[in-house]
Order: sequence, then structure tokens, then C-alpha cells
Amino acid sequence: MSLSDVPTGEKVRLVDVMAGRGLKMRLAAMGLLPGIEITMAQNGGAGPVVIYVRNGKMILGRGAARKVKVKIF
Amino acid sequence: MGRITEKYFFGTYVRHPELLSFEREDQFMERSEIVIALAGNPNAGKTTLFNQITGARQHVGNYPGVTVEKKEGYTTVNGKTVKIIDLPGTYSLSATSLEEKIARDFIIHEKPDVVVDVVDASNLERNLYLAVQLFELDVPVVIALNMTDVARNRGIRIDVKKLSELLRVPIVPTVGTKGKGVDVLLKTAVERAEKPFSGGIKIPYGNDLEAAIQRISHLLKSRGWILPGYDAYWLAMKFLEGDEDVLKKMKASFSEGFDALEKEVDAEKRHLQELLGDDPAILFADRRYGFISGACAEAVRLSPEARHTISDKIDAVVTNRVLGLPIFLLLMYLVFQLTFTVGAPPMDWIDAGFGWLGEFVSGLWPPGSESALKSLLVDGIIAGVGGVVIFLPNILLLFLAIAVLEDSGYMARAAFIMDRLMHKIGLHGKSFIPLLLGFGCTIPAVMATRTIENERDRLTTILVSPLMSCGARLPIYALIIPAFFAPKWQGPMLWTIYTIGIVMAILLAKLLRAKVFRGETAPFVMELPPYHMPTLKGVLIHMWERGYLFLKKAGTVILGVSVLLWAITSYPKPESFPERIRTQEAAVEEAYKKSVTDIADALRVPNPEKLVEILKEEASPDALGGKGRLFLETVAEIRKITSGFTARTEVLDEDSPAYAEAVKNRNESFETLRKKAPGAFELARQYVESAEADYQKGLAELDNLRAAYAFDYSIAGRIGNLLEPIMRPLGFNKKLATPMIGAIAAKEVFVAQLGIVYAVGEADEESGTLREKLQKEYSPLTAFCIMLFLLISMPCIATFAVVKRETNSWKWPLVQAFGLTGLAYVLTLIVYQVGKLWI
Repeated sequence: MSLSDVPTGEKVRLVDVMAGRGLKMRLAAMGLLPGIEITMAQNGGAGPVVIYVRNGKMILGRGAARKVKVKIF
Repeated sequence: MGRITEKYFFGTYVRHPELLSFEREDQFMERSEIVIALAGNPNAGKTTLFNQITGARQHVGNYPGVTVEKKEGYTTVNGKTVKIIDLPGTYSLSATSLEEKIARDFIIHEKPDVVVDVVDASNLERNLYLAVQLFELDVPVVIALNMTDVARNRGIRIDVKKLSELLRVPIVPTVGTKGKGVDVLLKTAVERAEKPFSGGIKIPYGNDLEAAIQRISHLLKSRGWILPGYDAYWLAMKFLEGDEDVLKKMKASFSEGFDALEKEVDAEKRHLQELLGDDPAILFADRRYGFISGACAEAVRLSPEARHTISDKIDAVVTNRVLGLPIFLLLMYLVFQLTFTVGAPPMDWIDAGFGWLGEFVSGLWPPGSESALKSLLVDGIIAGVGGVVIFLPNILLLFLAIAVLEDSGYMARAAFIMDRLMHKIGLHGKSFIPLLLGFGCTIPAVMATRTIENERDRLTTILVSPLMSCGARLPIYALIIPAFFAPKWQGPMLWTIYTIGIVMAILLAKLLRAKVFRGETAPFVMELPPYHMPTLKGVLIHMWERGYLFLKKAGTVILGVSVLLWAITSYPKPESFPERIRTQEAAVEEAYKKSVTDIADALRVPNPEKLVEILKEEASPDALGGKGRLFLETVAEIRKITSGFTARTEVLDEDSPAYAEAVKNRNESFETLRKKAPGAFELARQYVESAEADYQKGLAELDNLRAAYAFDYSIAGRIGNLLEPIMRPLGFNKKLATPMIGAIAAKEVFVAQLGIVYAVGEADEESGTLREKLQKEYSPLTAFCIMLFLLISMPCIATFAVVKRETNSWKWPLVQAFGLTGLAYVLTLIVYQVGKLWI
């Protein structure tokens, strides 16, 4: 599923980033690599999402969030 | 002085060919000030810090040609003028964005004296990603651990000192908003800038990535495709990452070779993708984060509010203080069980295969012929190399198991669990894998120590590794243990030997670290990768990488050694044998002639010598009369029945019904024969079972005597004689001394050599006869001492060579060789002498 679909409070694991190299690498540099745990801090259904990754909080635009494929643990 | 200027899209630079560096054109002057570059994530508080430092003395401009802000400022530290450049905030230095490109270019081309990385302490891991990339650039770095107040409030506790040690970089806690720590930061930065810089910490990418980097790096170096100011290793890495900027620059500078280079790189990338399952750029990022996670695991404590991942949950069990070690021991037990039990059938096949090969080659010569070449091939090479290769399945299985544990990520946990124990003996968890490998073969073990950054730990591990009883010693144990110990003691005895090795290793390591390699144990930094399903391909490749080393050793060193040993045990050959042997030869002949004479009388054969000749098949039976010929035929029949019987019953148990069956058949055959020719039968039987039997025995004994004499005559024998006085206090006689010399070269040859010494044709650890002979001559105590000595004494020559190469000196392998052998000598001496009193 997409990160953008993850409800608030849910913990998921990053599976893949279906994006061009640029975004993929940028996210990787932020620590978003396959296998990383992401906790959905805030998902209002529209607009950006807020996630926890590696003890860091991050905001991802919805478009980007949609490209981040995750699975619930 | 002419200036070589080069235009880049962001400015014009002047080249310093002799320094291989660049300077911005407007700065082409001797610099008298210290330049500090401030890097860091956006929102890490970099700008605040910059403002704190430079106050009003700052200037905002643009980087030439682009709209990115360039901030420069000045301050004074210890009376020196310090220029601060505030680089654009970036999350990484991958040059995907302009800011990143600028930041990176500045660092590479402007060569600031030190880079201060401003790190948000409450978001440590992600912030450290940039730091790691700075380390990769090989520039002096100081980390400003900013926002420590926020971190503390969040329950994040960072052991700054530890983290600093782990990353090998000065870390200064700061609270930029309050101006705390700024002075210390500046002082530290200036200090760093002024001290000569010898390189930062190297990030472990793992063998596969490293190998790819090395190959590309080598390619770049060999063609001279290195951009000025850049480093081949770094360039290679960027190629693999697909760094646009580097690609562009390289293409511009080296257009003619670029396509070929790109192809190479693509091939490497594809290989890595296959092997490790992702784009190399992602893989590098992953490794960097892995390194960071490892360091943070050691230096950062999260209060209970922090969340756990599944890996953490698994780890909670697996690295649990209580469960961790038992789980680990269980896994280790399974690993070794696997190696020994699953490995058994293939071992038998290899054994049979080599046996067949030996017979085949033997068969190429007419039977009974003596040929140096044949001996060399069969006794020397096939026996020697076969003795080694037979253990390949064991070793490969061990390496396979280790590869699975490594690729799945468990090994890092195992190292983590072992780390606590290892600390107690002065090593750390990273030494664990090499030592585990040592149970297969010491050579891959020594090579695996490359992951240990700390020289002292690494050397200690290397020196101690041969005590992990390697696969080569197995044939020795397999030969000796069953010969001297009852079945129920055999397993425990083997286990005892292994344990002694481990205990010795621990003691020795402790001693070395206490006396020789003194100092604090280096902090343990190791990537704690998430658990992941190993790919079959990956595991097999990793298994093979190490197994191959063992095989290569077999093919080269052992082959050479086998040939050499064959030569020194076979030559020089004596021209003639001494008096006592010749006397015995005569006696045996006499006895035989006498008993045949008695028979000749009974048969009324006039000439007993003729009968002797005929029986020895040296003359034709035509001269004999009817009675004589009947006798001969009967003898032939009896021989046939007897040998048939022996062949059938060789493998049978004396109490079994099959055996009784064979006996019955034999007796029936004899009865039939007796009925045919009663008189001749009795005589013939008597001949075969006493006269001929005795003669054969006498001849065999003579063979042994001659072989023993020849052995003493050879080089090996003479060396053995020389060594005997030294070996005797250990309970060894000269027959053992020589194979031990052979064992110095390669442990595996010990058994083959022992066989030669005891003149038992081709000996392997299944040799019933060799075992019997050993049993007769030695006591269990001596047997134990043999194994003990071979366990501890110097490792094989191949290991010696590898240690020399890995430590870059003769000193350590020599120390290891003499040290271990000396230790073996002393220990065996004590055990034997004390044991003698007891037993």
C-alpha cells in the first residue's frame, strides 16, 4: 500500500519507493530505505503526511507519500 | 608564473598542479586565515550558529552564476582570523540538487581547513548521514551536536564521548539558540584545522560493494582518469551511485574512454543489483545508515517512550541478556552438527573417488613394478592432496552456514552477543566471525580480520586464530582418536581437543592484550542490519569466496608440500642393506628351504632346490613327476579356496551367520579336494598353512625392516633422528618427529607422512593397519600429546604466508610461528611428564 493510505498511529515498513532516481535518492538520504520502519504520525487524508522515521519526524507531500510503498507489520 | 584556469559552470578556478587542487580565481593568494565551512541539515540550527559565531561580521552574496545564497563571515579565535562559510543546508552530498552540488564542490575545490557539521541531536541518525558523507570526502570534520536541550527533553541521551570515539571525530555539544558551546566549538574547529589530518573513519560497505569500488577505482587509476582534486576511490563510489555530477565532469574531461568506463560501471551495478537486490545508490545509502545505526546503538540511549521495530522485537529476544547467549549457543551447535553430519556422505564419496584415482594411476604401470613417477603420483600427490580435499564438504558447509547467518543479519547480533564476552578477554565482537571461520580454515579467518579497524584487536585476533582447530587437523584426530580411545570416549575426546583450543585462545588473547597490545578495547561499531532473507545466490557466493581459499591452498601449497615430502622421505635410497638385514634374509630363505626339503622327501623329488624354485614360480613344473604335479595342483587349489575365503570374510564379523556360512563352504571345498587326492591333499595343506605361511610372514617382516632402514637413510629420517632427543621428553619418538615436520608445512600431510614412516602403503585416517601399528607402539597419553602438540603448534605455511601479507611484515607471522610452537612444546612437555606420573 502507499504511505499516503496509512492511518494515523499505524506503524508500517517501507517496501519500495516507486519514483524517479532523484526522489528515491533523496528519500534514501533521509533514511527512507527498504525495511525502515515508519510510524504514521498524522494523516489527514489530504495534504502532506507526517511520519516518524529513525527517530526523526518528517513531512512528506502526499504525492511523494503515494510513491512510497509500505506494508503494515 | 602562469596560471592554468578552468571554467566550471559555477565559476572559474585556478589549478595547482603540484598540489592537485584548485582555488577560486579571486582567492588565488596565499591564505593566511583559517577557513571553516559550516555544513548541516537544514533546520539543524546551522544558520543560528553561524550568526552566533560571526555576529555582525557577515556578508550575504550569491554563488557565482546561481541564485543560491552564499554567506561568509569572520571571527577571531586565539588571535587568528577565521573565515566562516555557511554552506547551503543539505541532507546529503549526493549532488542531486544544486545546493548539494555547491556544498560538495566547495568542500572539494575550496578545501576549507575544517568542516563543521551541525547536527540536530534530536534527529541524530538522519543528521549523521551528511557527516558520514563528509567522512567519505576525507576532510577534517568537527561535529556540533546542536539542540541538545531538545534531545534531552525527548528522552534521548547521547554519550558524546563514546559517539566521538566511534565516529573518530570531535563532537562538541551546543545549544545554538543560547550560544552555549560556541566557544568550545570554535576552539575545537581551529585545533582540528591546524592539526595535520590523517583521514577520518572508513565506512564499511561490505565485501561486495567494496570489491566493486576497488575494481572501478583500479580501472580509473590505471587509465589516469582522475579529476584533479578528486580521489579514485571516491570517484569509483560515485560512479556506482550514478552520481550525475561526477558523470558529467568525467565525460567532459575524458570523453574518449567514457563509454567503455560506463559499460564497466553498468556491469558492476547490475551485478550488485543481482547480488544484493537493489540499486547500488540505495545500497550505499543503506550501508551508511547501517553504520550510523550501529554507532547510535552504542552511544545513544532512548528512554522507554521510544518505539521498537520488528527487528527490535526479534532482537529483544535474540540479544536479550538472558536468552541471547543460549540461543546463540544453540545456533552454533546446529551449525557444527550440520557440518559434521551432512558433510559425512560427500566425504566418503571424495574418499572413494581419490582411492579409485590412486588405483587407476597405479594400474597404469605393470603390477609389481617400482617406479619413481608412480610413487610420486600415487603416494605423494594423490595421497597428499586427497587427504586435504576430503575435508572440503565439511569446510564448505561451515562457510555456508556462516554465510547464511551473515546475510540474514543474525551474525551481527551474534557478534553483539559475543561482544560482551569478548570484551572480557580484551577482544570485541568483531573478532568473533574470524574466529568462527577459523574452525574451517585459518586462512579465511585471518582475512576476515580486515573488518577490525583497531590494529591491536586485529593483531590479537590474527595471532590467536590458529588455535581454533582448523579442518586440516581433522584427519589427525580421525586417525588417532579411534585408535586409542573406546567408542564412548571418542566424541568427548574430540570435543575436549576443540575446547582446549578455544580455552588456549582465550587465555592467549587475554595475555596479549594485557602485556603486548595494551590499551582500551576499541569501541565496537558494527552495522546492525535489519533481518532479511538471504538470497541463495548471495549465500552461495559468499560461501564459495572462502571455500575457494581453502581449495586454492590444497591445489598449491599442499601439492607442493606433498611432493617435497615425498622426495625427502624417498631419497636418498640405500644402495644395499646392512648386515643384520641380510643375515635375516638368509635365515628366512633357509627355513623355507628346509621345510620344502621335507616335503620333497615325502614326494620323492630328488632335488629339493628345484622344488623350491618351482614353488616360487621361478622354474617350470615339467621336470616333476606325476606325484609332484598333483601336489602342485592341489597347492594351487588350496590357495584359491583360502584366498576366496579371506576375500569373503574380510568385511564380516566373526560371530555372524555369514561368516559361519563361509567357513562351512570352505571346509566343504577342502573335503571335495581331499577326496580327489587324499595323500597329496594333506601334504599340500601342510605346505600352504605352515611352510608357505611362515615364509610370507618372514618376507613381510623383511619388507618392513628394509622400509624402516630406507626411511632412516632418507633425508626425512635423518632429520627425524636429529629431532628425536628434543621430542623424547614429550613422549615422541623419531617416527613421529618427521611427520611433524611435514605438519609444519601443512597439517593435512601428517597422516600421509605417518603412513609412509610406518611403511603402510597408502595411509588415510581409515587405515586399520596404521591404527593397529600406532596402538601397539604408543599409549593413549602419547596419542593425546600428539594431538595437543599439533593443535597448538604453528599453523601451516599457507597461513604463515597469509599472515605476513595481512600484517605487512615478517615479524608477526614469525612471532606467531615460534610463539605457538614454543607454547605447544612447553604444554605438551608438561602434560606428558605429569601424565606419565599419573598413568
